[in-house]
Amino acid sequence: MKKTGAEIFVECLIKEKVDIMFGIPGGVLLPIFDKLYGSPVRLVLTRHEQGAAHMADGYARSTGKTGVCIATSGPGATNLVTGLATAYMDSIPVVAFTGQVATTLIGNDAFQEADTTGITRPVTKHNFLVRDVRELARTIKEAFHIASTGRPGPVLIDIPVDVQRAETEFVWPENLEIRSYKPNYKGHPVQIKRASEAIDASHKPVLYVGGGVVTSDASKEVIELAKKADIPVTTTLLAMGAFPPDSPLSLGMLGMHGTYWANHAMQNSDLIIAVGSRFDDRCTGKLAAFAPKAKVVHIDIDPTSISKNVKTDIPLVGDAKAILTELNKTVKKASHEKWIETIDGWKKKHPLLYKEDNKLRPQYVIETISELTKGEAIVVTEVGQHQMWSAQYYSAKLPRHFLSSGGLGTMGFGFPAAIGAKMANPGKLVIDIAGDGSFQMNIQELATAVLNEVNVKIVILNNKYLGMVRQWQEMFYGKRYSSTCLHRHEGCPPKCNEPGGKDCQIYIPDFVKVAEAYGALGMRVTDKKDVVPTLKKAFSVKKPVVMEFMVEQEENVLPMVPTGAALDEIITRLA
Amino acid sequence: MRHTISVLVENKFGVLARISTLFAARGFNIDSLAVGETEDPDVSRMTIIVKGDDRILEQVEKQLNKLVDVIKVVDFGQAQHVERDLALIKVKADKSNRSEIMQVTDIFRAKIIDVSADSIIIETTGDEEKIRALLAMLKPFGVKEMCRTGIIAMGRGGK
Ligand SMILES: Cc1ncc(C[n+]2csc(CCOP(=O)(O)OP(=O)(O)O)c2C)c(N)n1
Ligand SMILES: [Mg+2]
Repeated sequence: MKKTGAEIFVECLIKEKVDIMFGIPGGVLLPIFDKLYGSPVRLVLTRHEQGAAHMADGYARSTGKTGVCIATSGPGATNLVTGLATAYMDSIPVVAFTGQVATTLIGNDAFQEADTTGITRPVTKHNFLVRDVRELARTIKEAFHIASTGRPGPVLIDIPVDVQRAETEFVWPENLEIRSYKPNYKGHPVQIKRASEAIDASHKPVLYVGGGVVTSDASKEVIELAKKADIPVTTTLLAMGAFPPDSPLSLGMLGMHGTYWANHAMQNSDLIIAVGSRFDDRCTGKLAAFAPKAKVVHIDIDPTSISKNVKTDIPLVGDAKAILTELNKTVKKASHEKWIETIDGWKKKHPLLYKEDNKLRPQYVIETISELTKGEAIVVTEVGQHQMWSAQYYSAKLPRHFLSSGGLGTMGFGFPAAIGAKMANPGKLVIDIAGDGSFQMNIQELATAVLNEVNVKIVILNNKYLGMVRQWQEMFYGKRYSSTCLHRHEGCPPKCNEPGGKDCQIYIPDFVKVAEAYGALGMRVTDKKDVVPTLKKAFSVKKPVVMEFMVEQEENVLPMVPTGAALDEIITRLA
Repeated sequence: MRHTISVLVENKFGVLARISTLFAARGFNIDSLAVGETEDPDVSRMTIIVKGDDRILEQVEKQLNKLVDVIKVVDFGQAQHVERDLALIKVKADKSNRSEIMQVTDIFRAKIIDVSADSIIIETTGDEEKIRALLAMLKPFGVKEMCRTGIIAMGRGGK
């Protein structure tokens, strides 16, 4: 029996076990949306396509399954771009569908036409334009396969409206063979042996663990290797939760706002075992001065990551879990007491610190969340100071429980990603730790959260600034707060750098009223002693909640490795 | 170092754009690029000439391999292979120097494929060096136009 492209689309989603997708309809998607009406695939109507893309991303990050979003041609598709780029930089499996003008009109500057595959090519792992309905089913199958295998990433399928209407026999390809796409999962045995020997020979090893460990579900194997060979572990932002933070071998995060001791451990190490991490500049600091004494073992599924930034001595291309399983068989039991003592010395010298007084400090709010949730909630962050404090002071205990836009650093990611994560994990507490700037970038999704009863908890650490940028202005640009004050208004003196002066105007918006306007619960905290009761109340209410914490405005994220400095040239306090 | 890279790709819509986007986005420089069908109509071969140190070349090769539509990448490097480029060169020529130009053309085993009152078009195939040498010889007469197909390459022997 013949089916239309739109019917085939829905059949394929069912075959791919898609239970939920996020998006907004439009003219060229009418045939598809008509078939979604009443179908078992739930479509969550968002208020912006960027929100839809981040929701699909949050769904994927929190589950490991592929997230799905859909947008119309032209502006719908271009609105997806930031979300796709975010997922691409962090290797998150997302399949995005876009409607396209009819094949006969493509290239004619038709109404709402955009060259979607052209625009998204650099921010997707792969993309397709389906020009014949007979290719649709196979293309969808390929897209899900490509998005979720190897180094995962977003894949986009552009479907012209006439292809959605055209008819053909529906054939679901049971087997898929793409001759030009064959990710390598098994590590090379000779290389595994070399890595194993290097580990045995090392005295100051460090495991430098990244998002690839989460992707490959290799947390257990990392823990086993660390324990067996007594290796301290530092994680990147994307791997928070992949190694238990309370383990004596845990060094916390490394890099620009990493711990003093993790950065010093890297710099003094004689063997860095990188697993699913990519030596990104935020992690390595000045490359020329990076870990001068260390040999590098690099385990990664993506060959391009190897020796891209830091020269690798022993490359191991393949799946982290598979390779670590092999390594764990051959690596000898070891003890590195002296090395760990040295690291502990660094830790005692410069622990993570903030001023504990009566003021409402952002770090305190995060630490309290960590305690109240025992580090078992799913914490999603936006981008800025609050994000770095979350990495420092929230002790995520489990993989896929700390979600943050690491590679692209997308403000506005957190809230929609939290919605996606909560929909995928309805039984879990999901918290978006937000800056006042970032939250305003996708604040409209409050409607999506409230209407769909997605009870996420939003913690706004309101410093009334684009805080991270303000911090750089304070440290490196002579405290010239150029366009970082979020309540600067028409009458302000042109060169104001005094927060909270008597001439300051009211802050806009009133987040509590915004929350209420959307039907969520809004609460504002100005006093440190209200932090615990407010959080407790928010966590128990069965509603989306917006909490606004009026925190110290000029608090800085420390320690900090300035751009261009080596990891051990880390600033622990401001003069 | 100059490298000749041969890339076998699926003969699909947008493949050339993928490759050129990749080179542009990663800041790799292309000296020459030639694309055409192979013995299998579903597969095209791109021959790309890139300059760069070992680290860059390693990245070029890996990044190309990472593209979903790329089937195979070969960097000929120092390996035994042949290279050919085809050039059409239009040279100013009149009665007074036509025979001299024809002599040069002969020595290089190039061909004259068009003659008009004031110019000649010469066709030549060869590797980079031969074309450059011929061009140097023709320059004094006045080269009006040149176009080239870009270098194509093939490994020697049974592979
Ligand atoms: C979409 C986007 N635009 C701009 C930036 C640059 N940027 C990085 S952090 C930051 C400030 C974030 O402010 P806020 O959300 O209030 O967080 P805070 O740093 O104050 O905690 C800005 C503007 C960005 N990362 N993303
Ligand atoms: Mg702020």
